[in-house]
This record gives sequence, structure tokens and C-alpha cells, in this order.
Amino acid sequence: MGSEFLPYVAIIITIVVAVGIALAILVLNAVLGPKRPSEAKMGPFECGSDVVDTPRKRINVRFYAVAIFFVVFDIEALFLIPIAVAYRDLLQPQHLGVFALFALLLFIGVLAIGLWYVWGKGALDWAFDALTSSAARSDANE
Amino acid sequence: MDWMFMLIALLKVLVVLVVFVLMLGAVLTWVERRMSALIQDRLGPNRAQIGNVRAWGLLHPIADMFKAFTKEDFVPAGANRMLFFLAPAIALASTLACFAVIPFGPGEHFTIAPLDSGMLFIIAIGSFGIYGVALGGWASNNNFGLLGALRGAAQLVSYEVTMGLNLVGVFAVFGTMSLSQLVLGQGELLWGWLPKWGVVVQPVGFVLFLIASMAENKRAPFDLPEGESEIIGYFAEFSAMRFATFFLTEFVEIVLIAAIAATVFFGGWQIPWLDPQGVAGGFITVAQIGFFVFKIIALCWLQMLIRWTLPRFRYDQLMNLGWKVLLPLSLANIVVTAIVLALS
Repeated sequence: MGSEFLPYVAIIITIVVAVGIALAILVLNAVLGPKRPSEAKMGPFECGSDVVDTPRKRINVRFYAVAIFFVVFDIEALFLIPIAVAYRDLLQPQHLGVFALFALLLFIGVLAIGLWYVWGKGALDWAFDALTSSAARSDANE
Repeated sequence: MDWMFMLIALLKVLVVLVVFVLMLGAVLTWVERRMSALIQDRLGPNRAQIGNVRAWGLLHPIADMFKAFTKEDFVPAGANRMLFFLAPAIALASTLACFAVIPFGPGEHFTIAPLDSGMLFIIAIGSFGIYGVALGGWASNNNFGLLGALRGAAQLVSYEVTMGLNLVGVFAVFGTMSLSQLVLGQGELLWGWLPKWGVVVQPVGFVLFLIASMAENKRAPFDLPEGESEIIGYFAEFSAMRFATFFLTEFVEIVLIAAIAATVFFGGWQIPWLDPQGVAGGFITVAQIGFFVFKIIALCWLQMLIRWTLPRFRYDQLMNLGWKVLLPLSLANIVVTAIVLALS
């Protein structure tokens, strides 16, 4: 194995030690702590009132939309990082010159249009007023 | 396989994680309680004592540790036992593993793993913390837990984007994403007197990074996933050391954010205006490591101060800030940086 892989060996050692510490303190607690289960203790905690609903149910679709936007914009960041690292070299006349700037601006511009679109569609709104008023608007239009 | 290398790496990992990070995290729990007490005109915890030694309440983290270890770690009925056990471990382990690429001093002896893509490693592994929040809240079979988990997951992914984009500007200025190269690049002086730190060349980037990473850490003013006093958060059903692990993770993450900010934006171990020539080599290295630790502690203090100064956001304000303010600002920051670099 070449020496260029040595940092990755150190990374694996770090991850193993970090997971080991985390698991060790949890297992130690399981060994040291008492075990006195009771029906009230095992029930879901809802500030003392009886449980009327199960959490295993459908959830608001807005959380799903945020996750989708995250994927899009995080991949944008992921593509921007290699460009940023090489940016000064790309600006040299023998590589791309000032075209590197235009390429970067074009890439960010396309995603900015995407952001502007989801913003205009109201997909980023969370306030109750905004939701109800936009619903009222679409009702009025129909 | 080089056994000597592995032994030294293991030693470095133990020193960094156990001696430095976990100890500092434990002390920070004490600092947080005493500092919030000072801000609110109280005394704060100062009663724990061994013999006649009270040490200004410094024994409280130790007492907390014993208490957490000897409490019952029950699993509520209907919970997913496997995920319920793993969630706190994922949160703590992913945060601890990020310290592998932080350069604590000059040369590769003071870094556990000098990766070329160090910053990318931190972004990748640090994101695993979301699993701790989302799985922990969902697995506990509790409505409040689920609510906290959903809010936490949406908040973390929203601010993750801004955090990644803000580092792009720094990468562009210094032309690298290796943390040790970033620190070396910050050793120069601009116009002969101003240190070329990340915070000087990317001031907007630093402010946005600090806001986004504090939101990543789920601390006030961004503490909606847990909201100690009103909303019951994703660890509502967690007890004993399982809860304490989430609690400790929060403080380890403070140290991590401070370490990243010190490395990327405050020159790492570089001491400005100091000429290394003429000073004996050993002393200067010790001074540089000490200065780096000092920067980390100062940035931890800054985060504590912000946490106890600002009130909490409302949920729509939080999402608006992330998507409608921070994201456009960080895109604009990249555009301005790119234009300035092209002109110069």
C-alpha cells in the first residue's frame, strides 16, 4: 500500500475510535443503570395526558419539498467546490481566461432562476397567513 | 502495513478526541451554566463538592457524568429499539470523526489525517448528524418527538446548503480545500500589515458561515427542534446517557464549529506579525498550537454569548432566513468573489 493511502488509514482509525466511544458510553449506561420498567413509564410522553393519536402517520408534504430543494442546491454546492478550487488556475490566459468567470456565472444564474421560480411558486412559504391567503387567492381565481 | 504509523495515529486520535475535545466539551457545559447564570444575574451551579473543594462548580460536569451513567435507559413501548439505541451514537460519532482533518499545528505531525479534500470530508461526515435527529425522533414513537425530528431535519438540510456555499468563496480565494493548505495561505500579510485571514478576504462568508453552522448545531436562536421550555423536541423519550449523548454532542459541535472557523477564517495556528526566524523551533510550535487552542476557546465563547443573547425564531422566520436571505446572499457572495478574482 502506497503512502498516499496513509491519511485514509488514519481516517478509518478516527471513525472506529469515535464510534467506539459513542457505543461504549451507551453500553456502559445499559450495564450500570437500573431496570425498573412500568406501564406508565413505557407509554409515550405527552405531558401527562392520555395518548389520542399515533405518530406513525402521514406528514406534511412541505418537509418533502424542502428535502428535494436541498438535494438540488447541495449538488450545486458540490459542483461549485471543484470549480472554486481550480478557479485561479482556470483564469490564466493559457487555460480558460475570463471565460471561466462567464461559465461560473452561467451555472449560478441557472440555479438562481430555479430559486426564483420555487420562491415565486410559494414553495418556500411556511407562515400560516401566507398559506391561507395563497389558498384563498387560488380559490378566488377558480 | 506500517504498525508504527497506526499506533501513532491511534495515539493522536485519543489525544485529540478524549483529552482535548471531550474534556473541552465537558468544561463547556459548566461554562454554559455559569455564563447563563451571570447573564441572568444568578449564581449558577456551585454546590458539588469533594471534601471541602468546590472549585466554582467545576465538579458539576463530573457529577453529571456519574448521574447519567447510573440512570435507567428505558425504551418506550412501540419504539424501534435498534434505531433508538443507534441515534445518539450516530450523532456523537459523526461529530467526533470530523476532528480527523483539523490541523492543530504546523506540519503533518499535528493533523490526524492531512487529507487534500479535508473540508469536503467535514461537510460529508458532519451531515450524518441529521440521521441522529431524524431517526431518534421518529424511532421513539412519540408525537412530540416526531414533530421535533421533522423540524430538525428540515432545518438542518436548509442550512447545510448555505454552509457549503459559503466555503466556496474561501476555496476560490486560496485555491485549495485542504485545511493545512488553507492555513498556510492565511500566513501572508496584505499590504504589509493586515493578516490575510479568511475573515478579512471573505467577511460576508464568515458571518453567513457562523449563522448557518449555529443553525446546524440547533442552538438558540435556532433551537426549534428541541425548544427546551415550550416545544418538546426529538429527544423527548431519551433518558440517562442516551439523552446525555445528545447533550454532549451539542457541546462537541460547538468545539467543532469553533475549530473549523478558526482554521478557515482566523488563520489556524498562524500567529500574525511574528517572524519565526530567530526563535527556537520548539517554542514557536508550542506557541502556535497554544494560539490555535486560544482561537477555538474564543470562538466557543462567542457562540455561547450569541446563544444567551438572542430569543428564538418562529418556524416560518427560520425557514425564510435560510432560503430567502442566507441562500441568495451566499450565491451573491460567490458571484462577487468570482468577479473580484477575475479582475485582479
